[in-house]
Amino acid sequence: MKLAQIIELLDCDVVAGAKNLGLNVDAVFAADLMSDVLAFTTPGALLLTGLANVQSVITAHVAEVKAVVYVRGKKPDADAVKLAEQKGLPLLASPLSMFTACGRLFTSGLKSDGEQGGT
Amino acid sequence: MSDEVLFHREFSVAGGDFSAAGTVSTQIKSILQEIGFEPPIIRRAAIASYEAEMNVVMYAEKAVVRLSAAPNSIRIEFDDQGRGIPDIDMAMQEGYSTATPQMREMGFGAGMGLPNIKRNSDVMEITSELGKGTRLKITIFTE
Repeated sequence: MKLAQIIELLDCDVVAGAKNLGLNVDAVFAADLMSDVLAFTTPGALLLTGLANVQSVITAHVAEVKAVVYVRGKKPDADAVKLAEQKGLPLLASPLSMFTACGRLFTSGLKSDGEQGGT
Repeated sequence: MSDEVLFHREFSVAGGDFSAAGTVSTQIKSILQEIGFEPPIIRRAAIASYEAEMNVVMYAEKAVVRLSAAPNSIRIEFDDQGRGIPDIDMAMQEGYSTATPQMREMGFGAGMGLPNIKRNSDVMEITSELGKGTRLKITIFTE
């Protein structure tokens, strides 16, 4: 699914990386714990998180996450936005809760990332 | 294949400097990309370095980080001055943590750091002396 469709599904604002919205993702990982993102994601996943500091962007960069959606109306801080622009990483901000955002993506056919036997 | 070091560089990490946490690991990632290692190898090295760097920021006073890249291996050493680890076996258990709320707010400190480093290393060697510091050596074979 293209990021542009995800933006529509989750009612997102684009906060950084606007030139890379043509990217495609097919697996999603949702967590606020960055060590879990580092441990369990596979390259190219979409990350949903409520952690809006610069560590979320560094984690995404290090783990090769393709784009980050901040849920619950969180907005990434200035350091996070600056680093994401440097790395070309799309940052999207959604007003939805984690549960609702995950539910919409799941019912639209996206898969769970890094889950043995997941759908 | 050769053990000859292609590239060596030292970095420093300041303990307690949460705003700079991750800058050394992102530099290491860029260097390994420029050298031309395969992406899965670079990802493992970057994840292990980032967890180790966060450990220094969270628990130590300062550290020297030494990156050595050879054709068949990448070695990253974190040599820190700080309180040391009282029980390494305990620290290696997933979920064991002595983190403060501030560390947890950064998205770390859940007792996943050392297990994550081990998972991404081919060889992980760790020694620690209480009140002096911890030395961590990460080796990743490239083939």
